[in-house]
Amino acid sequence: MIKVDVAVIGGGPAGLAAALSAKENGAKSVLIIERDVRLGGILSQCIHNGFGLHIFKEELTGPEYADRYTERVKNSDINVMLDTMVLEITKDKVIHCISSEEGYSVVQARAIVLAMGCRERTRGALNIAGDRPSGIYTAGSAQYMVNMQSLLPGKTAVILGSGDIGLIMARRMTWEGAKVKMVCELMSYSAGLNRNIAQCLDDNNIPLKFNHTVVKIHGKSRLEGVTIAQVDERFRPIKETYEYVECDTLLLSVGLIPENELTDNLQVDMNPVTKGAIVDEMRQCSLEGVFACGNVLHVHDLVDNVSKEAEIAGRYAAEYVIEGIKTNREIAVRNGENVRYTLPNYIRTDIENLDIYYRVTKTIKPAVINIYADGKLIKSKKARVLNPGEMEDINVEIPNGAKEISVEAKEE
Amino acid sequence: MITEKDLTCIVCPVGCIMHVVKDDQDITVTGNACKRGEKYAIDEMTAPKRMVTSSIAIIGGDMPLASVKTSEAVPKEKIDEILREIRITTVKAPVKIGEALIRNIAYTGADILATRNVNE
Repeated sequence: MIKVDVAVIGGGPAGLAAALSAKENGAKSVLIIERDVRLGGILSQCIHNGFGLHIFKEELTGPEYADRYTERVKNSDINVMLDTMVLEITKDKVIHCISSEEGYSVVQARAIVLAMGCRERTRGALNIAGDRPSGIYTAGSAQYMVNMQSLLPGKTAVILGSGDIGLIMARRMTWEGAKVKMVCELMSYSAGLNRNIAQCLDDNNIPLKFNHTVVKIHGKSRLEGVTIAQVDERFRPIKETYEYVECDTLLLSVGLIPENELTDNLQVDMNPVTKGAIVDEMRQCSLEGVFACGNVLHVHDLVDNVSKEAEIAGRYAAEYVIEGIKTNREIAVRNGENVRYTLPNYIRTDIENLDIYYRVTKTIKPAVINIYADGKLIKSKKARVLNPGEMEDINVEIPNGAKEISVEAKEE
Repeated sequence: MITEKDLTCIVCPVGCIMHVVKDDQDITVTGNACKRGEKYAIDEMTAPKRMVTSSIAIIGGDMPLASVKTSEAVPKEKIDEILREIRITTVKAPVKIGEALIRNIAYTGADILATRNVNE
């Protein structure tokens, strides 16, 4: 059995930053277990620029951002197991894994950082009617084909969902010679960044149809076309607006789900909104010594925020194995009006101030964010606009003796 | 002549919606949260530029492609030509991150830099 201080599950941006942080904060042995043949996670296939503005103060592409971390890992004594799948994690922190080279192995960790990331929702999650031809991909798998395997999924595409990966793939497919006919978005707003709508769609004259969805898929062996429709306020397709669009490829960019199958076995408390674990400010789950960070905890829009969160998880994982963590209170952080979720969910150490991350339920413009401690207003901050698609953060000083902190966002 | 336009800033993830007024002498930008936005808006009204990212085919590497980027933002109207030149180029492994794989692409003065290491 391999024994380590801190085992990090996943070698993407979260796992890399968590492992480095654990090491720098004094953990003697740190191990990253990664199922792919290389480190870097999803960044390897995100060849567009726009990463790292906050952390590195420059705009990097995904592979470059990953390289900054993988180089540091290579130059450290962090151990890495590649091409290794974790099968099970038990409550006493025993990790069962398998790889084609090493076979079956067991790792006993003193602390575990969960950094498994997320995966895309697929056609099955949407229940689109019609045939079952080839030519339907999630945007991320199409991205893998184009950027890693040098394959173009098709020649004429419709994209359903305006998440960032869908927008990025609209440009990528166009630049590789495919015709992207349109992006359909069920909601009246995009889940993607404004700048991606501008530089990926507008630049390439690709229409973005709000309140539209795909209602039927046509084609026996290969996709031949889709029927799109406008939806009403309750998202029901409007018959009169049905339109047939010829295409050989349908890309789905319809949301991401934290990949928590391994977490399930640990039976930690989960947040039904984020579909990730419930954590305190250390990013520690309800099971002591188990931490979570990155997209497995909640889906992020910016990798910079993933790295920052992972540094926190890694630092406390190290502290946990070195001297133990002193917790002396339990302050609940709650969603106020128009707030969909906050992170963390609890404050347990005697930390004086803290960045609380949150997402709003709808677009608020202009907005004011109010922080309450036990019902008393302790901080107010204005924002030009708050969007449900963008995670926000606010630094809060924690009053002595507080029992509950709540975050609300209102129209100013 | 006065032209007015709403632009979405692409400089950072905030994505400010800016209003630009251009007359014969001046360009006035409002709605931007920072200086870089103003510069982007002025460029966009006079000579729009973009960073281009793509991939180059690699021979004898542990991956079939090396991801690449332009060393600086390039004129928007040159993008098609740049992509064409990238598409017809093949490079022998190994490739190091930051290495210039094509110099002065499409006569823009910008180089095409590898953004990924590809080993033999």
